[in-house]
Amino acid sequence: MSLDADEVREIAHLARLAVDDADTGHHARNLSEILAFVDRLSGVDTAGIEPLAHPLEMTQRLRSDQVTEVDQRDRFQAIAPATEGGYYTVPRVIE
Amino acid sequence: MHDRTIAELGVGLAQGEYSSVELTRAVLEAIERAESLNAFITVTPDIALGQAEAADAARARGEAGPLTGVPIAHKDIFCTDGVRTSCGSRMLDRFVAPYDAFVVERMRAAGAVMVGKTNMDEFAMGSSNETSWYGPVKNPWDVTTVPGGSSGGSAAAVAARLVPGATGTDTGGSIRQPAALTGTSGLKPTYGRVSRYGMIAFASSLDQAGPMATDARDLAIMLSAMAGFDPRDSTCVDHPVPDYAAALEQTNLAGLRVGLPREYFEADGVDGGVSRAIESAIEVLREAGAEVREISLPNTELAVPVYYVIAPAEASSNLSRFDGVRYGHRCEEPVDLEDLYKRSRGEGFGEEVKRRIMVGTYALSAGYYDAYYLKAQQVRRLIRDDFSRAFEEVDVIAAPTAPSTAFALGAKADDPVQMYLSDIFTIAVNLAGLPALSIPAGFSGSRPVGLQLIGRHFDEERLLSVAHGYQQRTDWHTRRPGGEG
Repeated sequence: MSLDADEVREIAHLARLAVDDADTGHHARNLSEILAFVDRLSGVDTAGIEPLAHPLEMTQRLRSDQVTEVDQRDRFQAIAPATEGGYYTVPRVIE
Repeated sequence: MHDRTIAELGVGLAQGEYSSVELTRAVLEAIERAESLNAFITVTPDIALGQAEAADAARARGEAGPLTGVPIAHKDIFCTDGVRTSCGSRMLDRFVAPYDAFVVERMRAAGAVMVGKTNMDEFAMGSSNETSWYGPVKNPWDVTTVPGGSSGGSAAAVAARLVPGATGTDTGGSIRQPAALTGTSGLKPTYGRVSRYGMIAFASSLDQAGPMATDARDLAIMLSAMAGFDPRDSTCVDHPVPDYAAALEQTNLAGLRVGLPREYFEADGVDGGVSRAIESAIEVLREAGAEVREISLPNTELAVPVYYVIAPAEASSNLSRFDGVRYGHRCEEPVDLEDLYKRSRGEGFGEEVKRRIMVGTYALSAGYYDAYYLKAQQVRRLIRDDFSRAFEEVDVIAAPTAPSTAFALGAKADDPVQMYLSDIFTIAVNLAGLPALSIPAGFSGSRPVGLQLIGRHFDEERLLSVAHGYQQRTDWHTRRPGGEG
């Protein structure tokens, strides 16, 4: 599997990562090498093998639907890049 | 005094040979003298001295445990209330955590004194500590070489005897490989043994926290404090916590069945000095009465490729939370929301982290999911089943921890795949969720070699007892860089 610079730009867009145009060739080479390396999996016969998502095959523990957290808005917002009136602020989304 | 083990320090503190405040001052001075190792991202002298005073007061009241007043360091992946928690990344350079991780809470509750936060590969992605935003850590055995990673700062701090113990995390070898490269002892517990609450997530089906120290006894003391059930980590397993220190009393290795996986010993590219040291270590186990036999883990060579699909896929999802909105780095003057996301992440993450996010994004993207992620999860089962079969015949598996000793700074920095192969002997353990530890087993030239012992799920007691039994019969764990031992 070999990726070109356009594919790197598309993946970077999906991952919401700004990548300098000057670096896309470098990334394309690195990612292609990594994908070539992991491609050896394609030759393994896995017919009928169940995927393993959890090493101990445990199921998700559930809890009762109760409020357990206390309000710490001021504390959490103290470390935010930008807030206003208790809200997190971002550039205008709707004109 | 600061260069003693946790167990020895416990005796010294109990006998009033020194107070925790005196000990903590000595540790802080040692850290300052060793600043050029770059083992710490943040040193916390005020917190340390406050906790040391509290520990001395607790001891005076007769409330002292084995960790009371003992200085330790935390890998900078664990959130610490009121203290910067950077995860080795520019993204979190100014992130002051609003709460403590479970591991931090537990160590403090046990009376341990936090002296600082150790350096690490950015978001734990690396095997050399060179991906840290704060610069590489130097290996105290040879400062032109790497300490391994990602818990390289913790490993270097313990190896240089700056602290007797430190916490680490292990997703693909990040406790064991640096322990091997620095001549220290490190344990990756069973998946789910230690709560990951407040531990910044990398690959959630693999990540696990564990102790790093000079010997197995200290690992046991630290694990007893760290292990336990915590409902705030939904993957934490509610399994009884034994007295790990008590397990050390069983040092009789007679009849212990030790498996040597053929594939680990016949792998290409293993340093000859490493092989010789491991053979001698196995001879020690044999002479102590262990029954050593060859076993096979036939899917071994697929472990690294499986890992480099699963870990990046999970990382790409976990790291999507760093968006420049609620915490972490935010770019200057974003023109719109997409620009805010993209530039904040592009500036906040380093090269290796971006690379893995992109690999993971690709592996999970429409049209490729089955070929990569699903396939990797299927092969993951084959790897896990190899171990299950092996553990029907043997009690522990012994192997090298890493294929080589510490390598030169920069040697693999431009070749991701070569760097990934540094973890060829440690990764399968994470895929299978097993516990494993690395202990010092001699040298290749002047550089330390680590022996890896792998156990059944939740069989940490046996691993610690075998490691301790080995350390009763050898003195490699007492060797220290540039010093007597």
